[in-house]
Amino acid sequence: MSGLDRSELPGVEETAPEAGWVAAHLREEFPGLELRYLTVDGASGRSPRAVKDRLRTLSNRFSGAQAINLRHQPIPWAYRVFYRHIGLDPDEQRTPIEGLALERMHHGGFRSQSLLDDALTIAIVESSVALRAFDADRVSGRPGIRPSEPGEDLEGRPGELPTGTLVIADEQRPLSLLFGALGSGRGVGKRSSRTLLVAVQVTGVPEIAVEEALWLAASVLRT
Amino acid sequence: MPQTLEPTQFTGPTQGPEGFGATVTEGAERLARTDLRRQIATLERELGQLFASAFPRREIDWGIGAPGGPRMLPLGELERVRDALAARIADAKSEIGRRADIEEAKRGLLEQVIAAPERHHWVIVSNDDIGEPGCRHWHSRPRWGILGMLFGWWRIRLSSGCPLAMGLRPPAAIRPADDDGP
Repeated sequence: MSGLDRSELPGVEETAPEAGWVAAHLREEFPGLELRYLTVDGASGRSPRAVKDRLRTLSNRFSGAQAINLRHQPIPWAYRVFYRHIGLDPDEQRTPIEGLALERMHHGGFRSQSLLDDALTIAIVESSVALRAFDADRVSGRPGIRPSEPGEDLEGRPGELPTGTLVIADEQRPLSLLFGALGSGRGVGKRSSRTLLVAVQVTGVPEIAVEEALWLAASVLRT
Repeated sequence: MPQTLEPTQFTGPTQGPEGFGATVTEGAERLARTDLRRQIATLERELGQLFASAFPRREIDWGIGAPGGPRMLPLGELERVRDALAARIADAKSEIGRRADIEEAKRGLLEQVIAAPERHHWVIVSNDDIGEPGCRHWHSRPRWGILGMLFGWWRIRLSSGCPLAMGLRPPAAIRPADDDGP
């Protein structure tokens, strides 16, 4: 996208992704861990035909050979490594790009679900960057990544979170597990009017890929 | 792989000036964790390469399990992840090597069957046997059935490949219920 004025793209305003916060000792342990976010007016709904066509084209471009070789590619590999570092098994709990690749193989294509899901699918498949979406009006202040405090829970989930669980949080409470379950009511629903797109960057994922992922998702949402 | 399997250098609390012991220990532990993470990254890359090179062989175990997360793993758990990855790589290499030997033998058999089908009655060699993707198989069988068997007219029959994708099976036709009424 270099050399291209993003404001000239249809439906894309010139808004730069912002940097979220990462807890200090987490940053010391994982120097490459970052969170970037972008707020987009509008939420989800049915995907227009153009987005469905784009998904179909993407399905045709994404072959089995690519799925097998995903682990060789730098960004998917970086997420697999980070999963290992934080105690997750990427073969059980798939990284976002590998989850989509598996879906592509099982169903023979990327299935259109909603405008937001399709936007995330397109952006993740194109960039391999891990993206999440939250209801922007239900996020207080800037989002970030931190370990959970004793006694904290994730809304809608029974019991407390084990202390030290890595979460995406706003300045008041956890919004979701890092690469996991979303707090009840924090996702984008029918009543949402603004969407907070969040990208989790880990060591080995270049800044430009993160920006591209956020821009892609935002531009599809604004279609 | 020796550079990735070196034992972790951290050996316990380091004696430092009074009051600085905890800081030194913490620093040493962090260094050890960083080193383990580097080793895990290297091993994960190697496992990924093996995974791709093993295709289309199936039923090789690639999983290593996980200590559970997402959380910051302490030194011991990082070591376990590193060791499990190293063990899985060793197992996968050994399994791929074992299968490669079998596939090589099957390729040799296939060459013999193609060269002299009359000496290898009813032998079937599939793509799977020789480590190739696809559903093709070579079958040594007689021309014209029993007549070919009697006269020794053996030949190789090459299958046409995988069945074509036909989509989902249509629902079974709904049979009208037996009508007991008039």
